Amino acid sequence: MSRIAATFERLKSNNRKALIPYITAGDYTPELTVPLMHAMVEAGANIIELGVPFSDPMADGPVIQKAAERALEHNVSLRDVFEMVKAFRMQDKRTPVILMGYLNPIEAMGYAEFASAAANAGVDGVLTVDMPPEEGGECIPLLREQGVDPIFLIAPTSTAARIASLVSNASGFVYYVSLKGVTGAGHLDVEGAAEKLKSIRQVTDLPLGVGFGIRDAETAVAIGKEADAIIVGSAIVKKIEEGAGNPALITANIVAMLSSIRGALDQSIPN
Amino acid sequence: MSDCVKSWAELPDLPDSKGHFGVYGGLFVAETLMAALDELRIAYEKYQHDPEFIKELDKDFQDYVGRPSPLYHAERWSQQLGGAQIYLKREDLNHTGAHKINNTIGQALLAKRMGKTRIIAETGAGQHGVATATVAARLGLECVVYMGAVDVERQAQNVYRMKLLGATVIPVESGTKTLKDALNEAMRDWVTHIDDTFYIIGTVAGPHPYPAMVRDFQSIIGREARAQCIEKTARLPDALVACVGGGSNAMGLFYPFMRDESVEMYGVEAAGDGLETGNHAAPLCAGVPGVLHGNRTYLMEDENGQISHTHSISAGLDYPGVGPEHAWLKDVGRAHYVAISDDEAMAAFYALTQIEGILPALESSHALAYAMKLAKTMSKDKNIIVNLSGRGDKDIHTVATRDGIEF
Repeated sequence: MSRIAATFERLKSNNRKALIPYITAGDYTPELTVPLMHAMVEAGANIIELGVPFSDPMADGPVIQKAAERALEHNVSLRDVFEMVKAFRMQDKRTPVILMGYLNPIEAMGYAEFASAAANAGVDGVLTVDMPPEEGGECIPLLREQGVDPIFLIAPTSTAARIASLVSNASGFVYYVSLKGVTGAGHLDVEGAAEKLKSIRQVTDLPLGVGFGIRDAETAVAIGKEADAIIVGSAIVKKIEEGAGNPALITANIVAMLSSIRGALDQSIPN
Repeated sequence: MSDCVKSWAELPDLPDSKGHFGVYGGLFVAETLMAALDELRIAYEKYQHDPEFIKELDKDFQDYVGRPSPLYHAERWSQQLGGAQIYLKREDLNHTGAHKINNTIGQALLAKRMGKTRIIAETGAGQHGVATATVAARLGLECVVYMGAVDVERQAQNVYRMKLLGATVIPVESGTKTLKDALNEAMRDWVTHIDDTFYIIGTVAGPHPYPAMVRDFQSIIGREARAQCIEKTARLPDALVACVGGGSNAMGLFYPFMRDESVEMYGVEAAGDGLETGNHAAPLCAGVPGVLHGNRTYLMEDENGQISHTHSISAGLDYPGVGPEHAWLKDVGRAHYVAISDDEAMAAFYALTQIEGILPALESSHALAYAMKLAKTMSKDKNIIVNLSGRGDKDIHTVATRDGIEF
């Protein structure tokens, strides 16, 4: 069983939600990334979503854009990201790592090399924001061959037909975007998300993760009622920005935030 | 000629139903944009052949834009160059001073039919922004234009024009602060306001159906030029020359001639300080295929797939990608792509101004510069059509600064 499937199974049997924090690899510095990943697991993260920096992050709001710019100041490449995941795996063989990014760095490397390098590094899933299943005919099978889960976004505007196509191509889990907008936007639609999640459940058995706009324990709990996983991105990356290069401060702030969300999520579920 | 196409007369009609031009084009966007693009594609398919829509568009072309634009024989310049006859397709005489309005009128009429109340656009030189603000003002639609902060600086007059027209201009401070970043920001706006907003892309790039739709609206240029050339010279031209940033004026001119076997096509990219310096904006001449802004095309990027900084004296050509149909035309060999440096473009700017009394846009000056070279290699009985895509008034500050003059 894949690390992602095993993680969701374990959590489900304990009646718990998955907490998935996002950070951009190489932000604030490349040295910060791996220790921060371990600290986030300590604080209650179940899966790590690691952003691959790209020069033109079209689906991201200002917070994650700036994170990519900071990482690119250190010339962090896809190869560097694989090295970070390898380093993380030296100590942690259990926590799944998902790469989130854009297609062009993958095209530059070549699909086959990307898929095998991802598997070798210990990457469990890949979410490529600008590669819908229709354009993934070549890449998706290569990822599957290597045991790497292709993960797709579903949006509030996705039609029933598209949802069916998306879940049939996806494995690992499904990532529902909880608002009409970019990452880190402020207008979370809790009721709309709950409705949509129910309709997605009818067509797939995959676990459902929800992200975009979840920023604290309160919003996590509200969304968590219908979801299997909560994804927190911009709110965490904001702590990296605020820490301005002080690793101890950044780590402490992120650990505090995740612990608070973890606690609230665990308490919100009746035993 | 490529192996798969025996004769240009048999060129396939592209894009396919998924928006592909060979391996290029397509629909590489986040799921958050998929529904909006689907809605747009369906509306465009519905109205592009609708007699009422076509009638309204034609009327606006004639009475509002001032079409047809003349095909002008630059006799004195041709004589001085001593080679082929140069004809200028005078898109600079359109309302708002460039070819851009052909497309914004078409898309705005579509927006109106789709019931959208808010228009957004990206702009580089500001010409597309002005053309968008113009049609939005006329139709009473709210208009927001995204423009790289660097371009806001170097095109201050166009920024002010847009504001006068009632548009909100938002300077984009992310990335390289130029056209590509303005496009990113417009896409982000669109996903956030997807219900009431229509995104008017200004060039033949972006996700399907934009490359085909913008080409279709701009192809009025080539349809007119083809008829005017036959009327004036009793035959087809021997060559077409147009500058290529995203490539909309070039596609507009080329498209109606694609299956005319005898017509050579030249797309002219910006070589900036020179292709060898790396400071340029010539993805077709010096780039590699990749994926950006919703389509696969030639891009300027580093070895890790990060999009490179570009340079051109002309803001309208300062873009690291290019329309996917140009990428395909390059690969099949139907069109030739060449590059002209800042200095060469400036020389052509002065030449046209002083010899013909026409101030060309710096974008169009790249096409003029290549036409100068090409004409000299051809005999006097040959004809070249150059797309004079815009007027140069907006560039007066750039030219003056280069000449060491301050106003």
